[in-house]
Amino acid sequence: MASLAVFLMIVLACLSAPLYARWAGVDPFTSTLDAVIQIGGVEVPVMEASTEGLGLGYTPIGPTWELGNYFLGADSQGRDVMARLLYGGLNSLLIAGAATVFTLILGTAAGLIAGYFGGITDTLLSRFLDILWAFPIYLLAISLSIVMIAKGISIGPIQIESGSLWLPIIIIGIVYVPYVARPIRGQVLSLRNSEFVLAAINLGVPGRRILWRDIQPNVTTTLIVFVPLMMALNMLTESALSFLSIGVQPPAASWGTIIQDGQALLYTRPLVALAPGLAIAISVMALNVFGDGLRDALDPRSKVQLGRA
Amino acid sequence: MIYAILRRFGQMLFVMFGISVIVFLIFFATPGSDPAARIAGRNASPEVLEAVRHSFGFDRPLYVQYGLMIKKIFITGDLTSFVNRGWKVVPAVLDAIPVTLSLVFGAAILWVIVSVIIGIAAAATRDSWLDKLLMALGLLGISMPVYWLGEVMNLISQSRYHDTWLFSWVPPLGYKPLMSDPKGWFLTLVIPWITLAVLYIGIYGRVLRAAIIESMQEDFIRTARAKGLSETRILLRHALRTSLIAFVTLFGLDFGALVGGSALLTEVVFGLNGIGKLTYDAMQNLDLPMIMATVMYASMFVVLANAVVDFIYILLDPRVRTS
Amino acid sequence: MMLSVRDLRVSFRTEDGLVQAIDGVSFDLAEGEILGVVGESGSGKTVSLLAVMGLITDPNAVIEGSIRYKGRELVGLPARELRRLRGNEIAMIFQDPMTALTPVYTIGWQIAEQIRAHHRISKAKALARVEELLAEVNFPNPREAMSRYPHQLSGGMRQRAVIAMALSCNPALLVADEPTTALDVTVQAGILDLVRKLRATHNSAVVFITHDMGVVSELADRVMVMYAGRVVERGSRSELFSDPRHPYTRALLDSIPPLTGDKPSRLSSIPGSPPSLLRLPQGCAFGPRCPVRYEPCATERPALGTGVHAAACLREVEA
Repeated sequence: MASLAVFLMIVLACLSAPLYARWAGVDPFTSTLDAVIQIGGVEVPVMEASTEGLGLGYTPIGPTWELGNYFLGADSQGRDVMARLLYGGLNSLLIAGAATVFTLILGTAAGLIAGYFGGITDTLLSRFLDILWAFPIYLLAISLSIVMIAKGISIGPIQIESGSLWLPIIIIGIVYVPYVARPIRGQVLSLRNSEFVLAAINLGVPGRRILWRDIQPNVTTTLIVFVPLMMALNMLTESALSFLSIGVQPPAASWGTIIQDGQALLYTRPLVALAPGLAIAISVMALNVFGDGLRDALDPRSKVQLGRA
Repeated sequence: MIYAILRRFGQMLFVMFGISVIVFLIFFATPGSDPAARIAGRNASPEVLEAVRHSFGFDRPLYVQYGLMIKKIFITGDLTSFVNRGWKVVPAVLDAIPVTLSLVFGAAILWVIVSVIIGIAAAATRDSWLDKLLMALGLLGISMPVYWLGEVMNLISQSRYHDTWLFSWVPPLGYKPLMSDPKGWFLTLVIPWITLAVLYIGIYGRVLRAAIIESMQEDFIRTARAKGLSETRILLRHALRTSLIAFVTLFGLDFGALVGGSALLTEVVFGLNGIGKLTYDAMQNLDLPMIMATVMYASMFVVLANAVVDFIYILLDPRVRTS
Repeated sequence: MMLSVRDLRVSFRTEDGLVQAIDGVSFDLAEGEILGVVGESGSGKTVSLLAVMGLITDPNAVIEGSIRYKGRELVGLPARELRRLRGNEIAMIFQDPMTALTPVYTIGWQIAEQIRAHHRISKAKALARVEELLAEVNFPNPREAMSRYPHQLSGGMRQRAVIAMALSCNPALLVADEPTTALDVTVQAGILDLVRKLRATHNSAVVFITHDMGVVSELADRVMVMYAGRVVERGSRSELFSDPRHPYTRALLDSIPPLTGDKPSRLSSIPGSPPSLLRLPQGCAFGPRCPVRYEPCATERPALGTGVHAAACLREVEA
């Protein structure tokens, strides 16, 4: 369970983002082009005159490797990369987690209803889920994002602003519903036709009770295994959407947006783009290993596989 | 077998229809803002808005709007972009298709070959250091965001190590058409192919390994051993062949996701003007007509590709064929 | 003697300790003879035969003793040599025909594969031979059957195909692990007839495992009864059925409901259950369940006598 420990460490580090920012005395969200910091007693401007190309413009400072003092250097707006990394991690983790919850709730509901009640309900739901799933994930996310991000959405009483984090959460959540719903439906179907459930139905046990006592425990195991794997998938998806500028919107940051920021600086200050990517890779690996371990422990015959983008 | 193929074909058409409806609903019927304003772009004048409203039929019932949209995108191809002043969208999409196809097919060939090798090697040396190493590398491959890996590859091959013999051959970012410059075409695509393939090699190596190991536990493998066949032959001819079915199914499912997602990101990072890059540029400008067209064409392609993979599956698995 | 097994012992190293699957099994088999091996699950019957075939692939297995086939020692033989014998001179068929064949190749292809693995002949010749074999095992339309896939055949047909495959290289010894257990009774009769006929035409010796005494009485020339990894009785079929000398054999025969005579009020069965192979009782393995046990049974392990009809029971030695 070392992977779980690794992941929790990352979570903790990100949760401490505000503390770090306060301690370092930086504001990761506003441009600070004029900042001047101390390195080893010498005052150094955060944005140095550029020595690349024509010598025009500014190059942000590179990593100082001093904690609390622009540890990883600055980005093109003079902001402390390390602080932004931690804040961004918070957002990335939050979105991934919330989207996972969203998907699991919706997907399980859909899978349960379709699997248990069968008949027309099942056919309609399944066809719908099939089509939704056939729609390439990113294209679906892009379509939804484009339409929602610009102006937000308002359905009756529900108003969500365009910069809100809820938008990526909902979009990513919706997109993966079939991924969860289909295996759950399959499991519910086979359980429903299993002998012990048929016996219970024949004995006159009401549907609700069957759902709760016989079907739910099995389904819950599958769900538990899904959690880390879905979180890993969602992190990758969110970072990709943010990279494309249709995920988290500025001034908020997420690991994806920081990589996007780092693109311009790629050849001069590669750390800005490298660090968040590494963070994502490590988190996703830890989640996958943990998910694997969880699955082996709980349900070795499961068909739940490692995620794919 | 014909029946199975026809049935699948019908299913494909149904799904295509469903997707077109969903795209339509998303772009035209999402509550919250005026579809005409969305299509016409941010700074459209009232006359343009009115023209858009009329031409897309916003004053008419939904199904008419749907029909008009389909007509514009597929039949007459005269959907025009407003942000880019009358740039005909559909031909641009069609021009971009070969680029995306080059990227995707090249990467697919690479990843299938490598993952089959890795899957066999890992399964054959099960639990050895080689197996563990391959699986760990695979895990790494899955965990890296594909666009980030692309950036890293660029960093290495275009900048940091560009002058060494390792990477001096790497041309600047961009695509060279196959017909006019085959060598250039190949060179510009090598690094993107590798980048895209890494992710999938990770997944498929693991999947194949698991499938082969599972196959090796089956009864028919015991029979094969009793026949006196060599372990190699059993592994390759019996276990692998049976596992390939699962492999192909998975491949089919993922090919879609690939085109829609990872390929798009790869194109952006490497400056290849495929459908993905087109979509991305359109997203930056909120050029809705372009996005609608790219999403539509890309999705249709994906559904088609999935169906083709299913046809191959029907050919591969005798059990499906004859039932 | 075509096959001579002496003091065969197979154990497995497991997390819970050493499991002694078989412990000192010895038997002989002459050409053309049919030996029936009887016993409950866990008695070691399958493991003995897998050991003869060299099919124990578990790296935690320890095989000791001697298996001589036509004078040649098989224990410790390099894998490549064993493979030349397997499928060629010694063939095996397994219990469940439904899963025994590879689903993605036709049965013609699979049988031809075995032939060509051991003999250098052309594909055409091999396929011709396959057709002959399928006819021998009573396929109504061998040529058509050759291009069928396993899932297109019924259980009985699949088992016939498996038998045809096993006989394809004219083995001197055929090993069958419960060949009829998974089939229904009428199909069973057909398969047994087939085995008899094939013994006559190919002169192969047959060792078959079963837990069905009815099958034993139909098919076996000689019988070997196993319990907890040991041979407890052996003898000819008539000797065994008319004069069972081991309490276990007697109990097995008694548990068959009689066709004639008084109807019993209860079916008789053997009380208790087989011992765990991890913790075998000292002394006689059957002791705890034996109706005629007495003191020495708990400490002294009975040896199988050397006679043609022998039983490993302290009571017998006495008598």
